Amino acid sequence: MRQQSTFVRRLLYWTSMAAGLVLAIVPLPTWLDPVRPDLALLAMIYFILTSPRIAGLGYAWLSGLFLDVLRGMVLGQHALGFLLVGYVTHKLQLRMRMFPILQQAAIVLLLLAVYHFVIFWIDGLTGHGYTAWIRWLPVLSGALLWPLVVAVGDSLTRRSS
Amino acid sequence: MVELSHDSRPIIGRGPPLTAYFLALAASSIGLMVADQRYHQIDQVRAWLSAVVHPVQRAVDFPFRATHWVTSSFADRGRLRQQNLELTARLRLANLQLQRFAALEEENLRLRDMRAKTVGIAEKVLVATILNVDLDPFRHRVLLDKGAVDGVFRGQAVLDGEGIFGQVTKVNAATSEVILITDVEHAIPVQSNRSGVRTIAVGTGDLNKLSLPFVTVESDLESGDLLLSSGMGGVFPAGYPVAQVTKVKRSGSTFATVEARPTAGLDRARDVLLVWFTPPPPSEPATAVAPDGTVDGKPAATSPAASTTPGAGPASRPAATPAAPGATPASRPAATPAAPGATPASRPAPTPAAPARTAEPAPAGGE
Repeated sequence: MRQQSTFVRRLLYWTSMAAGLVLAIVPLPTWLDPVRPDLALLAMIYFILTSPRIAGLGYAWLSGLFLDVLRGMVLGQHALGFLLVGYVTHKLQLRMRMFPILQQAAIVLLLLAVYHFVIFWIDGLTGHGYTAWIRWLPVLSGALLWPLVVAVGDSLTRRSS
Repeated sequence: MVELSHDSRPIIGRGPPLTAYFLALAASSIGLMVADQRYHQIDQVRAWLSAVVHPVQRAVDFPFRATHWVTSSFADRGRLRQQNLELTARLRLANLQLQRFAALEEENLRLRDMRAKTVGIAEKVLVATILNVDLDPFRHRVLLDKGAVDGVFRGQAVLDGEGIFGQVTKVNAATSEVILITDVEHAIPVQSNRSGVRTIAVGTGDLNKLSLPFVTVESDLESGDLLLSSGMGGVFPAGYPVAQVTKVKRSGSTFATVEARPTAGLDRARDVLLVWFTPPPPSEPATAVAPDGTVDGKPAATSPAASTTPGAGPASRPAATPAAPGATPASRPAATPAAPGATPASRPAPTPAAPARTAEPAPAGGE
């Protein structure tokens, strides 16, 4: 099984990040809205694990910035969250790639928790504190979705023969 | 996925040192946040970025708009007829009320000897459509399809057909962000239509609930009272319905627990109205209306507020209210202005800076 060219990979990376960002603002029913997983972040983690040279920290930061603009948050909030998760994933990637899928999902759970903690913390600092437990639901939904993300990602990045 | 491909970073020569890169970017995002939050110096940057993401928001909105267009263009004749009949009936009723209203307004102006400048009635409206994009699920914000090119400004009042909807917080080139009156960071000065009691309605984060935290136990508020915008602070035009009181609980020692239900269709409206009106002069010596002015203790906004008391309220009631605190000197005159004082402090200035500052102190006052 051969890898795709770097260019195709790059294109795939950008497309999936863009798709993830779009899915972050697509209207969902009210009861589903708080559970919305951070698909852009999951896509970023996936690409850092599979093609770390393409998925650099600059792109992570930029995607977060765009999410800030899309959702009307203080500029830099999600950017910092994406950056932090990207950095830790880069540091862990050689190990994480070897993990079985469930262990990976557990690490992803931790990464998402860190991300949401950063968001929560900055929300608090800027006076938007919303402390109900419901705001931590995306951590769980994202971690549960991780195996699916890997499956979809693998089927996309593998060259169809 | 678990394979060491040629993509795996080599041990030697990993490109830019990861940690340095991380630290630089982290510093820049913190810088951005501080600049955005504290100094509002990068509104231009945000405007550019908004212009970049605008097509994305439009694209997300498009399917919903298309469905709406399709369903409305292929609506069957029977339904249109039905709708037409209903609308005609409603228009007839509205026209009837309007006739009375014109006479009443005339009479009201004469009775109050009011100057035209204190009326705060909507002079110009612009219909805007809410874009179907989800912003933060924990904040009640919506995105409108009108922006700076249409003359929208920060702090502009937004109404729908049934009442006050919210106010504009961010203006981009072609879109603008609106904070709903139920957002936890929002507070709006209101007045009971029946008794003339003035207070502040604070958002709760629940689309169907506003809370009135600064109502004393002896205030004349009952379940079912209609709360109108009082026009204080000049952000909202006076006399438009805001909410209906649903619950009054007088158990505490000082403040009653009062809840109200917004009249505007906050979760139903598709189209809203952006309103231009002449705000009452922000600061005018509070000489004419001393009793009312002292009750609410907001010297900056007193006179317009007092004179824009909705005509329906019996003239004697507001005068009766000051008597109550006089009888119980403990709480009301001191507590009422002190607590909400934080909230409306920013309101008297109908300047673009108002909503941003309005947004902040509310939770502090609400807690």
